[in-house]
Amino acid sequence: MHESTKRLSYPYIVWISIIIIIPMLLIFLYSLIDPSDGNPMAFRLTIDNYVKFFSPIYISTLARSLWIAVWSTLACLLLGYPLAWVIAQCHPKKQSSLLLLFIMPMWINMLLRTYAWISILGKNGILNNILEFFHLAPVDIMYTDFAIILGMVYNFLPFMVLPIHTAIAKVDKNLIDAARDLGANNRQVFSKVVFPLTLPGIITGVIMVFLPAVSTFVIPQLLGGGQFMMIGNLIEKQFLLTGNWYFGSALSMILMIFILLSIWLMKRFDSDGQAGGALPW
Amino acid sequence: MTKTPLIEIKNLTKEYDGDIILKGIDLTIHEDEFVTLLGPSGCGKTTLLRIIGGFDTPTSGEVVFKGKDLIQIPSYKREINTVFQKYALFPHLNVFDNIAFGLRMKKVPESEITERVNRMLKMIKLTDFANRRIDSLSGGQQQRIAIARALVNRPKVLLLDEPLGALDLKLRQDMQYELKEIQREMGITFIFVTHDQEEALTMSDTIVVLNDGLIQQIGTPVDIYNEPRNRFVANFIGESNIVDAVMIEDYKVKFEGHVFECVDRGYNPNEAVEVVIRPEDLQIVDKEKGAFTGVVDSVIFKGVHYEIIVMVEGREYIVHSTQSAEVGSVVGMIVAPADIHVMEVGI
Repeated sequence: MHESTKRLSYPYIVWISIIIIIPMLLIFLYSLIDPSDGNPMAFRLTIDNYVKFFSPIYISTLARSLWIAVWSTLACLLLGYPLAWVIAQCHPKKQSSLLLLFIMPMWINMLLRTYAWISILGKNGILNNILEFFHLAPVDIMYTDFAIILGMVYNFLPFMVLPIHTAIAKVDKNLIDAARDLGANNRQVFSKVVFPLTLPGIITGVIMVFLPAVSTFVIPQLLGGGQFMMIGNLIEKQFLLTGNWYFGSALSMILMIFILLSIWLMKRFDSDGQAGGALPW
Repeated sequence: MTKTPLIEIKNLTKEYDGDIILKGIDLTIHEDEFVTLLGPSGCGKTTLLRIIGGFDTPTSGEVVFKGKDLIQIPSYKREINTVFQKYALFPHLNVFDNIAFGLRMKKVPESEITERVNRMLKMIKLTDFANRRIDSLSGGQQQRIAIARALVNRPKVLLLDEPLGALDLKLRQDMQYELKEIQREMGITFIFVTHDQEEALTMSDTIVVLNDGLIQQIGTPVDIYNEPRNRFVANFIGESNIVDAVMIEDYKVKFEGHVFECVDRGYNPNEAVEVVIRPEDLQIVDKEKGAFTGVVDSVIFKGVHYEIIVMVEGREYIVHSTQSAEVGSVVGMIVAPADIHVMEVGI
C-alpha cells in the first residue's frame, strides 16, 4: 500500500485502540481479578470468576439465551427471506421506498418501540381488548418466551431483510433463465441456484440478528419481565446491581467466546468466505 | 436433401410497453439447419429467440414445434437449450457441475452423467478443467462451457444469443468453425442470433435478415449476398453500390446512360428499379472501353485489395480492385451481366 494512503488509516487505528482494544483488554484483566480481595489494585490474579460460571444456574442462563436467540434468528430468517424476495421483484423505484418503510421504525428509540409492545401485549393491552371485542378468551403473552422472541423479531428483522435483499438483487436474472432452460422447475431454480447464490446474504443476516439477540438485556427485561434471566441481564446485574465487575467481565468474555464460536460455525456454511460484504471479517 | 420442418412460426407479434418489437414474423425452421437471425441491435432478433426459448411470451401468433403448440410448454420442459449472451454460467458451481446441471435436473443416473459430461469436456478440449471455478476461466473457455452445458442435454434445437460477441477476433473466427463443426457432427438445429454479417455468412445454412421487427429476406448466404431483396439487406450485408435504374425490358436495365444486359426479369417495361453492384464486381478499364466513365477520387490500400472511390456525375462508386489507379484520372467501368442485381425500389 502507498505510504500516504496508509496514513489515512492512522485516525482509525487510534480510535479503535481507545474504544475497542484497550477496553477489551481491561475487561479481560478485570475478569482475572480476585473479587474477594476488595482491593482491585492488589492485582491478585485468579480464574475463580470463570470457574464460578460453571455452575448449573449460570450455564442454563447462557443456554437459554442461546436458545431464544436461535429461535428469534430462525423466525427472522423465515419471515425476512420471502419479504426480501418480494421487495427485490418490485420496480427499482418501489424497492427503495419499501426498504425505507422497513428502516424507518429503526429511527425511533428501541426502548420506546419495546415499551409499545407492552401496551399491545399486556393484560389490558390492545390485543386483549380486540379479543374481548370478538368475545374471545384473553391471552397471556406478556412475560413469556414468546413475547421475548416477538420483541426480538420486531426489532431485528431489518438486519435480516437488508443483507438478503442485497444478495437477491445481485443475482443475475440470466442465471434463473439458464436454470429453467436446463430443465429446473421453480422449486429447483430456488434450491439449486437462488438459495446458494444468496447464502452469503443469509449468513450475514443471521450473524447480524443473532449477535444482538444473544446479548440484549432490554427486550427480555421489558417483555420477559426479568423473571427468567438471560445472559445479557446477568451481565447487566453484575455491573449495576451486585457491583461484581470481575464476574461480569468473565461472563462477557465467555459470551464473546460463544459468539465467535457461533460465527465461525456459520461461516463454515459459506464455502467462499465472502459473506455479503457487510461484515469486515 | 429433403427438409423436415421442425419449428413453424406464424404471424408472431410482440408488444412491450407500447413498443411493437415484432410485427408479424412468419418463419419455418427445418431439422439439422443452421439458421442465423441477422439484424442490427433493436431489430427484434433476441426477442424472437427468447420466445422460442420460452423466456418471453408473444402478444399474438403461433410457434409450432414438432406439430405441438410450443407457447403452452414452460421453458423447462422444452427440448430446446440456450447459450446465453453473457454465458450465464453458475458462479457457485465448478465446470463439471455446470455442465452436469441439466442432466441432474432430469435425474439421469450419476454414472451416466459422469460419462456424458466427460465426453463433452473432451469435445471442448477442457478435460483438465473439470474442477475449476468458473471465474478462473477466460472468456473463450467460459463460452465453450456454456455450449457444452447446453449440448450435453442433446436438445433438438440449440439457441445461441450472440455467443461470440465478447470474444476477440481470432478466437471468434476459431469458434465459428468449431460451432459449425459441432452442429454438423451432432445433427442439431442451431438458431444463431448475431449482428455480425460476416459471422452469419460464414456459418449459416439459412440467413434470416431482420429489421425493425420484420423479416427483410430469408435465404442462403449466397442468395442474400448476391441477390439482396432491398436496399436494407444490400447495405447491411457487405458494401455495395446502389444505383437508380430503369428496367427497359426483361434482361435489359439502364443506368448511367447505358443499357446493360442483366439476368433479371419479371418487371414492368420501363419500371424504376434499383441496381446493386458489389464493389468487387466493378472493373476499372481504359475510359474508351468502359460502359460509363468517372473520375478517380481516392485510392486506399486495404491489404488484399485497393478501395477506389470513383465519382460519376456526383455519384460515388466504391470499387475493390487488386490494381491501383491514379487519383484524378478518368477511367471507364464495366460490370458483368450476372453481377448486376436488380431489386424493387424502396421496400
